[in-house]
Amino acid sequence: MLEQTEIVGEVKVIVFRLKDEEYGVEVGQVKSIERLTHITRVPRTPDFVKGVINLRGVVTPIIDLRSRFGLEEADHTESTRIIIVSVGEVEVGLIVDAANDVIDIPVDAIEPPPEVVGGVEAAYLRGVAKLEKRLLILLNLDKVLTPEEMKQLDGLEG
Amino acid sequence: MDMNQYLDMFIEESKEHLQSINQNLLQLENDPDNIQIVNEIFRSAHTLKGMAATMGFEDMASLTHEAENVLDLIRNHKLRINSDIMDIIFQSVDLIEGMVYNISEGGNGTADVSGPVAKLRAIVNGDLDAIKETGGTEQAAKQAVPDESLAAGTSRHYMLDDYALTVMKQSKETGHNLYWLQVELREDCILKAARAYMVFDQLEAHGEIIKANPSVEDIENERFDNSFEVVYISKSGAEEIRQAIESISEIHQVHIETIDLTSPSHEEVSHARQEASAAAEQTVERKPAVEQQGAASSNKKVSTGKTIRVDIERLDVLMNLFSELVIDRGRLEQLARESGQPELQETVEHMSRISGDLQSIILTMRMVPVEQVFNRFPRMVRDLAKELNKKVNLEIFGAETELDRTVIDEIGDPLVHLLRNSIDHGIESPEKRKQSGKSEEGTIQLKAYHSGNHVFIEVRDDGQGINKEKVLKKAIERGIVGAATADSLSDKQIYELLFSSGFSTADVISDISGRGVGLDVVKTKIESLGGSVSVDSKQGEGTTFLIQLPLTLSIISAMLVQVENEKYAVPLSSIIETAVFRPDEIMTAHRQKVIDFRGRVVPLVSLKEIFQIPDSGQKKEDEVAVVIVRKGEKMAGLVVDSFIGQQEIVLKSLGKYLVNVFAISGATILGDGQVALIIDCNALIK
Repeated sequence: MLEQTEIVGEVKVIVFRLKDEEYGVEVGQVKSIERLTHITRVPRTPDFVKGVINLRGVVTPIIDLRSRFGLEEADHTESTRIIIVSVGEVEVGLIVDAANDVIDIPVDAIEPPPEVVGGVEAAYLRGVAKLEKRLLILLNLDKVLTPEEMKQLDGLEG
Repeated sequence: MDMNQYLDMFIEESKEHLQSINQNLLQLENDPDNIQIVNEIFRSAHTLKGMAATMGFEDMASLTHEAENVLDLIRNHKLRINSDIMDIIFQSVDLIEGMVYNISEGGNGTADVSGPVAKLRAIVNGDLDAIKETGGTEQAAKQAVPDESLAAGTSRHYMLDDYALTVMKQSKETGHNLYWLQVELREDCILKAARAYMVFDQLEAHGEIIKANPSVEDIENERFDNSFEVVYISKSGAEEIRQAIESISEIHQVHIETIDLTSPSHEEVSHARQEASAAAEQTVERKPAVEQQGAASSNKKVSTGKTIRVDIERLDVLMNLFSELVIDRGRLEQLARESGQPELQETVEHMSRISGDLQSIILTMRMVPVEQVFNRFPRMVRDLAKELNKKVNLEIFGAETELDRTVIDEIGDPLVHLLRNSIDHGIESPEKRKQSGKSEEGTIQLKAYHSGNHVFIEVRDDGQGINKEKVLKKAIERGIVGAATADSLSDKQIYELLFSSGFSTADVISDISGRGVGLDVVKTKIESLGGSVSVDSKQGEGTTFLIQLPLTLSIISAMLVQVENEKYAVPLSSIIETAVFRPDEIMTAHRQKVIDFRGRVVPLVSLKEIFQIPDSGQKKEDEVAVVIVRKGEKMAGLVVDSFIGQQEIVLKSLGKYLVNVFAISGATILGDGQVALIIDCNALIK
């Protein structure tokens, strides 16, 4: 805890909405934000893998973040966005309900995540940032995008 | 000093030189009196020695040095080539090759070179026979060492002609000093030619240069290693000259020796040298007239001087960028057609043509002549034939045929396998050939040629052919086919059994082939390259293996098919044909839908079921569209809704996140910008 207070800095995050909660991913991990385009379904993949899109010539897999976190899926609307994130060599697009903000969070405003926030397991979270009237859930993308995790789920489903 | 940055270049160039040595040695074996060839070999060996010494690979340098001495004697007519000498030189080259391989694998390139070194020295000393009789290389080596060093001390070859010698004699009489200089540049010297020029400039200010080795022209064009030698006349003292040269930057060191003209060996050497060059000139003159091919190959050599080396990765990037352009082109064409504007259509059409040209240029840039792979075969065949006491003549056709670099890198091993197979199993022993009325020498033809979007490589021997009964017997023994089905197999199907895993027909298990792992490995490798291999044979007349390879791996031909609302691409290389069946033609066997395709029962695979494709609610035609695909001998029929058509598609990977997706080998982007998945037929055929 001592270390945390010593580091006085800010993290720039992209804020997006999923169901009723606001989430954040670090700007450094986000490559772009896209409108929904045609998604080609890839057979025999977990349900949350919606398929692949043509992202300026690169075939990019798309994950529905709602279904990834076990939330009920929603119909896509005008505000639905695909956030293209890259972690290590993996590059995927995340379908979110809306993406509309970039904010700076002071590092000392980030607290470790409680067991479950908004139905999302703590394993996928980096922390929770409390900002005045907002509560921002910060994602641990490494965990969200682990292929091992995916295989496990694959096994469970069938 | 950090040499790593030069290591790749060293390895690459060493391989090239070794290749050319090997090739020239083989030529020399057939034409032992051709000094021109010896000169070529000598030059390559010399460069190799220089590079190895520079990079600090001492064993390689010393072995090459000894080989060079032998070659020097040969080219100066002091030694006649015989098969013993050839064998030892071949051995040395093998050893050097091993070292280069070791270095390229990250090793330090050391090896025990004492054996060949001793033998080479023995050749130089003229007592090769002695060493062969005793067989004890150690002893002979010890004897040879002092002799050799003595010889090296007295007979440095300045390679001077009569004119130069006269000039030097006169200069000596008028009080000039005669020097032999070896100037070594620093290894990290960038502008070698410029430094050399500065050295020459300094020298000329104080005296006169009689001769330079390599020639002044070569030096100007930077065709030399880090050092060059100069025969020089000056009134200045040696120390003065040394200082003058060492004042130039990037000079590593300068060796200066005073030339003693009284030594008799010079005259002799120069004489021999003259003869050699005269002989060389003769062959040069004769060559173009006699052999067209020779002229062509030397032309090629000239043109290679103007090439640049490009990292294959850069070409990959270029290819990727271009494939994106191809996709946009398709889209633009579609949009232009829809818009109906003639001006736009015209422009797009023009752009399509240009990008078509661009595509072929980029594809050809990645192409390398298959010669690169073929080059090492003559040597291999020679050694193998000798080992097996067979007489084999390898004929190579179409070595200029080009293939994608990626394919070239992979095709070597399978071809080695097939050639070994032909020599070991195909070609009979000379006695047996004589008995069956053939010439004692067997012939293996290695042919490469283009046809359509494919390159074919053929390995044909005039040996005994495949013994069908033997193959069948073996296949039944190994449980590859049942005795019952064996009778119904066609010749072709029997030959195909050779490619099954765990098959070997050699009577005696030899070192060369027949270790049980064999042709099936060849088949797997070639199929992984998107190609196929087949075999044909005539008992008593020979066997032909035919390999079919795609021209490139990044753009393939595919058939686009539609199932419900989804589009898939099936690589043309695995399609036998497309067909439409009536519902009543579909039968059921073991609860599996099958069709009768040309007398064969082919199982049907419903893409809709296997890919869990959602129903679009569209009404279906009564007839069933089927794409018949194959995996080796096995077939399957993929049931689709409709065929869209054949198209060139650009292969794309699904990325690192989606790995091991069942029956999908990749994706491509269609003209409308959407992604279509490429079906991996091998996964669908059990």
